[in-house]
Amino acid sequence: MKAVVAGGGKVGANVVRSLLAMHHDVTLIEQRPYRHERLVEEFGDAAVLGDATEMHVLEAAGIARPADLALALTGDDEDNLVICQLARDAYRVPKVVARVNDPRNQEHFDLLGIGQTVCAAANILGLVEHEVPDYGMVHLLELRKENLEIVELQIDRDSPACGKRVGGIRVPDGSRLISVMRNGRSELADDSTVIRPGDQVLAVLEPGTEDELRRALLRSR
Amino acid sequence: MKLVVIGCGRVGSAVARDFAADGWEVTAVDQKKEALGRLGDAWEGRFVVGHGMDSQILRRAGAHEADAVVVATNGDNTNLVIAQVVQKRFGVENVVVRVLDPARAQFYATLGLQTVCPTQTAISELGNRVRRTAQVLA
Repeated sequence: MKAVVAGGGKVGANVVRSLLAMHHDVTLIEQRPYRHERLVEEFGDAAVLGDATEMHVLEAAGIARPADLALALTGDDEDNLVICQLARDAYRVPKVVARVNDPRNQEHFDLLGIGQTVCAAANILGLVEHEVPDYGMVHLLELRKENLEIVELQIDRDSPACGKRVGGIRVPDGSRLISVMRNGRSELADDSTVIRPGDQVLAVLEPGTEDELRRALLRSR
Repeated sequence: MKLVVIGCGRVGSAVARDFAADGWEVTAVDQKKEALGRLGDAWEGRFVVGHGMDSQILRRAGAHEADAVVVATNGDNTNLVIAQVVQKRFGVENVVVRVLDPARAQFYATLGLQTVCPTQTAISELGNRVRRTAQVLA
């Protein structure tokens, strides 16, 4: 497989090392000359010096040969977004993956249709949330391609939803309460299901509407 | 009419002042609060300190109700992303974005952005002047 990797920091260099070990055809683009020198010591000609958001640099790295895969792994989210758009839309690379450095920028990647992203900060926070049930909402599953995620909400006494029927709770557009787990038993939620303290509610929603759903079902904080 | 200018450097500030003088309601956005100084002592428009990649800053600047948005920070990629966010998330049709790299300016124009490339303008204009003068001298 022919892969073009943009960004030769720790993440990029480690990914390239592994891809080369798997005998893939890889070029790595790095724009900092001192860092590029290091990369040449290890990867030889596979390390290209230049700004991966410049089209002639991408072409020099063989993106138009064509590449099967482009990985945008720089420390700059705007650069990563542009690299992905260029790879996908200008060079028809079938698979592009982006690193998201600042989780607040995730929405921009989603908006511009860069579906395959990896955000270390968000992943770590997700794991922390799993460990802290008091937080109220746990992310169970993310279906990026479908732009959906499934979360679990722990309802307590202060929840504004307590005593309400599901049909009477205003949830964000594009979201739905799926099921209610009570006394160890789960039942599908319909409009007449009444929410009680201690319930664990499963909901499907569009990423980005978590806060709205939280406000509807959990106590205001 | 409402204009939001993102990036209040030499270019952005001059565009902001120009439109304010024309009677537009102008909001300038810049990461650095010192950029306000570029708008002059008599600036009556709004000024928001923050990064244009931050949707909350864009909203505070009124991007969602702007008639037009000019994106002219000093980073091509930052400009390209902000311009697309303004266009797609906030539904602004009249978005004009500065891109210094001619190749990227041309490519994003094919994706439906109004790109302005000062580098390309300089290249064309330098060539035109040389040719014109050469004709005169011939």
